[in-house]
Amino acid sequence: MRARVGVVVFPGSNCERDCVKSLSQLGAETELVWHDDPVLPEVDIVVLPGGFAHGDYLRTGALARFSPIMQAVTDHAERGGLVLGVCNGFQVLCEAGLLPGALHKNKGLKFMCKWTELRVDNAATPFTSRASTGSVLKIPINHFEGNWYCDPETLQGMRERDQIVLRYVDNPNGALDDAAGIVNENGNVFGLMPHPERACDELLGSEDGIVLLGSAIDHVLKTTPARV
Amino acid sequence: MTFSVVVNVMPKAGISDPQGQTIERALPALGYTGVNGVRVGKRIMLEIEAATEDEARARATEMCERLLANSVIEAYEVAIGEARTEGAQA
Repeated sequence: MRARVGVVVFPGSNCERDCVKSLSQLGAETELVWHDDPVLPEVDIVVLPGGFAHGDYLRTGALARFSPIMQAVTDHAERGGLVLGVCNGFQVLCEAGLLPGALHKNKGLKFMCKWTELRVDNAATPFTSRASTGSVLKIPINHFEGNWYCDPETLQGMRERDQIVLRYVDNPNGALDDAAGIVNENGNVFGLMPHPERACDELLGSEDGIVLLGSAIDHVLKTTPARV
Repeated sequence: MTFSVVVNVMPKAGISDPQGQTIERALPALGYTGVNGVRVGKRIMLEIEAATEDEARARATEMCERLLANSVIEAYEVAIGEARTEGAQA
């Protein structure tokens, strides 16, 4: 059996093919899904890729959350299905209320494109099971609005539940609590600013993205009844 | 009636505003000293058809809650301006 992954394409998405390539190399069946479709195909994992959905007009992710596919993505998440949002996809998930907080402009007001080191602070999620707590992953960032923020009360609850899964070793953008990647309360929705799909080949400088993408695939294979 | 509505969206108090900070740091280079508290927001202008001013305000407020502002990081103000009756001769 193979994990089935749907990668949503918004007008302005630009990382969907990188996601398809890396997930396919890890053995998943992948499919691109247009944002205007009101239904998802039969998939185990939904990926919201990086880019500039709807031109990032008004705020990053603000318009994408109203794309017809987003109701189906929300339903998939509510059924416990895995949802992964990378960079702009993370911004969409926050705007859609599937993840807490919001992402605003980087401290220092610079667009940043560079390698970062990320500490795995919770290895007990479907997206981090291949890592050990405290291990460090090398994965690149490429964003202007990666400065994650939430109110102090929300942050406290998230810390208690270990929802801040990845933290920058050297915070590049001012994100609260060094947060680079967070999960929802159920742990099945994961958003991160770094791009794991760009770190799945030694030729590109790191294979650490496989730890995250491979964990999600492992989770599906472990928890889904065999299909015929 | 058509109401001119202005929505001002600002970063919430206490939320860092990198654009405002950058402008504040640039001003002294032009000789403008003694300028503090620079904040940058958005002004969104709308023409809303509604029966009453209260209805126009309620609709604009709902738009702010659902789309125009992100309440996690932004605060908004709705100001209702001139009202115009459809078909009125200028």
